[in-house]
Amino acid sequence: MSLLVIEQLEKSFGGLKAIGGIDFHVDEGEIVSVIGPNGAGKTTFFNAISGMLPSTGSSEHRPIPDFGTIKFMGENITGLAPSEITRLGIARTFQNVRLFPNMTVLENVMVAQHSRSRQGVWGTILQTPAFRKEERKIEDRAKEVLGFFGSRLVGYRFDQPAYVLSYANRRRLEIARAMATDPTLLLLDEPTAGMNPRETGELTGLINRMRDELGLTIVVIEHEMRVVRDVSDRVVVLDHGVKIAEGSYEEVSTNEDVIEAYLGRDTDEGSP
Amino acid sequence: MAIVNAPETAASTQAARPITAVDWRRTVRMGLLGGLGMVFIAAIGMFEELDGRPMIVPILSLGYLTVFWVPFVAGYLAAKEETLEGLAPPQKGLRDPLAGLVAGLMGGLALWLLTAFMNAFEWRDVFLKLSPTLLELLTFGNDLGFAFLALVLGSGLLGMLGGALAVLPESGRRIVVGAIVTTFVVAILEVIFVDIFEGIGLEAVTDLVYDINGGLAWGSAIVVAILGGTLAAVSAGASERSRTRWTAMEPAPRRTASLAAFVIVALLTIFLPIILGGIVNELLANVGLFLLMGLGLNVVVGYAGLLDLGYVAFFAVGAYTTAVLTSPISPTLLGEDGSVVREEGLLTIDFFGWEGWAVLGAVLLVAAIAGIVVGTPVIRMRGDYLAIVTLGFGEIVRILFLSDWLAPVFGGAQGVRQIPSAGVEALDLVDLTITGVDPRSIFYFVAVFVAIAIYVSWRLSKSRIGRAWAAMREDETVAEAMGIDTVRAKLLAFIIGAMLASFGGMVFAVKVGSVFPKSFELLVSIIVLVVVIVGGMGNIAGVIVGALVLIGVLGGPTQPGVLQEFAEFKLLIYGALLVYMMLQRPEGLVPSLSRSRELHHEEMQQDAWLASAIEEDDDEEASI
Ligand SMILES: Nc1ncnc2c1ncn2[C@@H]1O[C@H](COP(=O)(O)OP(=O)(O)O)[C@@H](O)[C@H]1O
Ligand SMILES: [Mg+2]
Repeated sequence: MSLLVIEQLEKSFGGLKAIGGIDFHVDEGEIVSVIGPNGAGKTTFFNAISGMLPSTGSSEHRPIPDFGTIKFMGENITGLAPSEITRLGIARTFQNVRLFPNMTVLENVMVAQHSRSRQGVWGTILQTPAFRKEERKIEDRAKEVLGFFGSRLVGYRFDQPAYVLSYANRRRLEIARAMATDPTLLLLDEPTAGMNPRETGELTGLINRMRDELGLTIVVIEHEMRVVRDVSDRVVVLDHGVKIAEGSYEEVSTNEDVIEAYLGRDTDEGSP
Repeated sequence: MAIVNAPETAASTQAARPITAVDWRRTVRMGLLGGLGMVFIAAIGMFEELDGRPMIVPILSLGYLTVFWVPFVAGYLAAKEETLEGLAPPQKGLRDPLAGLVAGLMGGLALWLLTAFMNAFEWRDVFLKLSPTLLELLTFGNDLGFAFLALVLGSGLLGMLGGALAVLPESGRRIVVGAIVTTFVVAILEVIFVDIFEGIGLEAVTDLVYDINGGLAWGSAIVVAILGGTLAAVSAGASERSRTRWTAMEPAPRRTASLAAFVIVALLTIFLPIILGGIVNELLANVGLFLLMGLGLNVVVGYAGLLDLGYVAFFAVGAYTTAVLTSPISPTLLGEDGSVVREEGLLTIDFFGWEGWAVLGAVLLVAAIAGIVVGTPVIRMRGDYLAIVTLGFGEIVRILFLSDWLAPVFGGAQGVRQIPSAGVEALDLVDLTITGVDPRSIFYFVAVFVAIAIYVSWRLSKSRIGRAWAAMREDETVAEAMGIDTVRAKLLAFIIGAMLASFGGMVFAVKVGSVFPKSFELLVSIIVLVVVIVGGMGNIAGVIVGALVLIGVLGGPTQPGVLQEFAEFKLLIYGALLVYMMLQRPEGLVPSLSRSRELHHEEMQQDAWLASAIEEDDDEEASI
């Protein structure tokens, strides 16, 4: 059964059609890669799914798609608030890592349990047993998620502020934070950007493990073709806001349109 | 590794400079700044106004101190050179007092020019404070020539001493600064010390230390200075040591230590007011009142990151709710012709029966509603917009209380009077009457609320809610993507802040016995904000220190502090302090961990970058 079904999605910024009518679906347990040249609309596509289209105040820039529907587990989530979408089970990372830099590693991940916990002001003030139990649960869960990345983010790292982490560790922490929202569907926006080959290889293995061991369904935007090859069940190619190809890695990588889109864009960039 | 080595070569070239080389640019700048500062302080009337308060008898009044600390500090700053991280400090030597001397001379010259100017022209129409008395003070009752010698040479000498301070090694400087600061603190806090010693029946001590007409006797000043210096020498590194020991402690003994500290503080809170005299208790009650509001605003601004400039509104709501419910002459209870028809208000503030609790409940409820009413429309705004709109709301609330339209309930400009004392009058066993006439009772009243406020904000900060606030403060968009309903989280912060402020309002109503719109001006919001910022946003200990230092020493908007003489210049000092703190130490006197991380993020990021580069190398090695 399809976990996520998107029909006819459109979004323009001013005159620019960032997304021009995309149909898209993800089945449960799938890993789907979304690729395409820079500016193809991949991040905007993620923003639309997670309810985070930028709102710039003017009426044409409302934080919702201009057209189309997004259904998650059969429910229409178009126009819902980001927190609501997260609660329903979609989590994401950001292309330019966005951690809570001054909170500790552990706190960063604990925050993500927000929609999975419920203790309010009274429980907190009275320190009820339910409150204590939930706090312990949140902490344990956070440590468990961080443990998924081996020894990199555990032990003395727990209490370090996020900004002291190395670049690769920040990326890992951001993924951990997304995982800690206990999602069904995970959206990763260029998770290997800026990583060296060894770290990239390691993360490739991790993405596969997240599906195999944790049963997550994953959509990943990726530039590194080797990663795309090693993780994808299916690849979707975007260009100028439309889907130009879809299929297995082999199919897509030999597709004429795709090659043209990449090469064509390269020559485009030379001219103003 | 090459990166780390580079600065050391630079440092060795630095050290080779001739020792008499003065950094003229810096010296002249400090001299000019110092001169400007001295002229300013004299011209706004601070010098004259504060001359009446003796500090060290017979040589120094507070007036002279407010002017002549400037060349000393300017001299020190002129001599002190900025050392870049990783570089060796520049060679010390004769150049330091020389730089100080020059800066001091320049400052003195500026002040003398003001004197000469005053002597030659009559400019009081424009500069109100340039009075003959000031001229007399500046010339030391002599002529201009004498004034030249005294002012220029005097501040030159002070500047030189300041410069010499920079030559001293760290430990020596510590002792000197310790001696100076202790002396002035003991002199400034005279009122408090006298009050305390009288409280415990040791008038003899105060008679010995302080002059009959106020101020430290010079002999005791020397003793105090020596004591202060010794204390500074002995305590060197103590805070550092105790911090290391604290972090190294196991959880179990640490818990015992915290518990012991808590018991001590609690006992002090209970028993100290009994020993202390009325003046100190009054001061502490005011400190507590603003601490209460500071703690509330700390939740809103420090934890949730919402800059609320209309915070006084909730204070007013708490005070008015108490007043309307308890005053026998609350406008709603008056007869048709405005005559007094009742002996008592709707409720008494009796905490041994149900009525006191009903008043408290009503105050909290109304505050929560006010929090929602003010919060809801502004909650979707970010940053500056939020600040401006809350500012407007604060004014709206005050004007509503002032308006004729609501005068039948709130009494308009007359306000509501005759708010009864709180406590219990019915029971014979315990007689606890909380009234403004007895500052001690008010202190206890405040202390209970402060304790609640501290507990609540401490617990909240270490919970799911506190983490959500912190995340929201750092990156609202991402916080939302992580499942935090930011509208709810913000509203909650507003409501809790409003409730804590309404506690303050209730205390205020009982303390003063009447409420008027005039007590709830914008200034209150600003002063509470300054308390939070100067103390250390997001940190409970910081807010406590902020309230003690600012409200205790300078006083609140209408409440006097220890330095009552400063009343006229209170706002000036508040403003100057705020600007200084924002520029030099934005994390406050007692910074919260994450706040100081936030503000020094970039510096630390560089360090972190270096560290992580090394760490990545380690990673590589480990995997090979
Ligand atoms: N907030 C915005 N306002 C205006 N234009 C935007 C905004 N966000 C994205 N765009 C435009 O939409 C297009 C798609 O951007 P994006 O989704 O970031 O591409 P990709 O992630 O594929 O590189 C780009 O041309 C970009 O300039
Ligand atoms: Mg992108």
